[in-house]
Amino acid sequence: MSQADLTLGGHPPGMVTGLPPFSVSAKKLAIWLFIIADAATFAACLVAYGFLRNGAAHWPRPFHSIVNVAIMTFVLLSSSLTMLLGVRAAKAGDKSGAFRWTMITAVCGILFALLHIREWLGLIGEGMKMFSNPWGDPLFGASFFSITGLHLLHVTGGVIALIVIGLRYMRGRYNADDLEVTGLYWHFVDLVWMFVVPFVYLLSLSQ
Amino acid sequence: MTDGAKIMVDAPDVQKNEPIARYTDPIGRYLIIYVCLLVLAALQFVIAFSHLETSAKFERMLLIAIAEAGLALAFFMHLWAEKRGFMLFVIVFTGFVLVAMQYGWTDSYRMELGAPYTQPKVGVVPQ
Repeated sequence: MSQADLTLGGHPPGMVTGLPPFSVSAKKLAIWLFIIADAATFAACLVAYGFLRNGAAHWPRPFHSIVNVAIMTFVLLSSSLTMLLGVRAAKAGDKSGAFRWTMITAVCGILFALLHIREWLGLIGEGMKMFSNPWGDPLFGASFFSITGLHLLHVTGGVIALIVIGLRYMRGRYNADDLEVTGLYWHFVDLVWMFVVPFVYLLSLSQ
Repeated sequence: MTDGAKIMVDAPDVQKNEPIARYTDPIGRYLIIYVCLLVLAALQFVIAFSHLETSAKFERMLLIAIAEAGLALAFFMHLWAEKRGFMLFVIVFTGFVLVAMQYGWTDSYRMELGAPYTQPKVGVVPQ
């Protein structure tokens, strides 16, 4: 038996040295696995939405204006850029810059959530409920609130995570890698919105 | 250093331990990707107001959304700068799950149109 066999015990070097698969950090691998699982969750919701829409004779088209959803999209896309700048500053050792950009990202998230709630209240005011609405198929409300509600839950969770991790980063408890992992989650929330907007909103515009 | 320790350090996977995604790209690149994402998002809004059939709108919007997701994954989430094996793992695994999820569409069309075998044959009295 050679010296290499004795050292590695027949296993790949990564297993011997305790390195995680693909040589990425354990935190980053964990968030990517979460993102993959979450992508499947959102995809299942959107497929179910399409399934219901395809089988419905009169699918509602309740959206009169795109202004609100356009502003929400702009805010969320911009928040992805600010998050990126925050992580970049953290990696460069600029602690105050990283904290500032992270908090700007959190403010963008709060603004997005407020706009989202305002839109919900508008639709509820027009008579849309979970299992009934004045326009057509009664399941529209359930599917709309499920998809947008799940996304809003992710945004809310992301804002809380950004604030908590940003503050702890400033106090030295977390480092740039922790901000990077939070950033990956935030970009994913933005990525999901790119699919929600066209399928849930833009294909249901009243024309 | 013992021979054993030397072998471990020289092992290729150990040498590649450092993550490649370092977030040192110039800000200009991030801004270009950001503007591209805004333009693609705006394009979806333009398609929404076009006079195409809903199915044609859906196809175009889906392609644009995939392009947006690709840009965000590659550059904002730095997947392009990660190790090739990791990138392939994420893309292939996620892609397989998302594609496998589409198996139910035929049943959706059956709900809408009715499958031929559900219709009674002419001259045959249902049991």
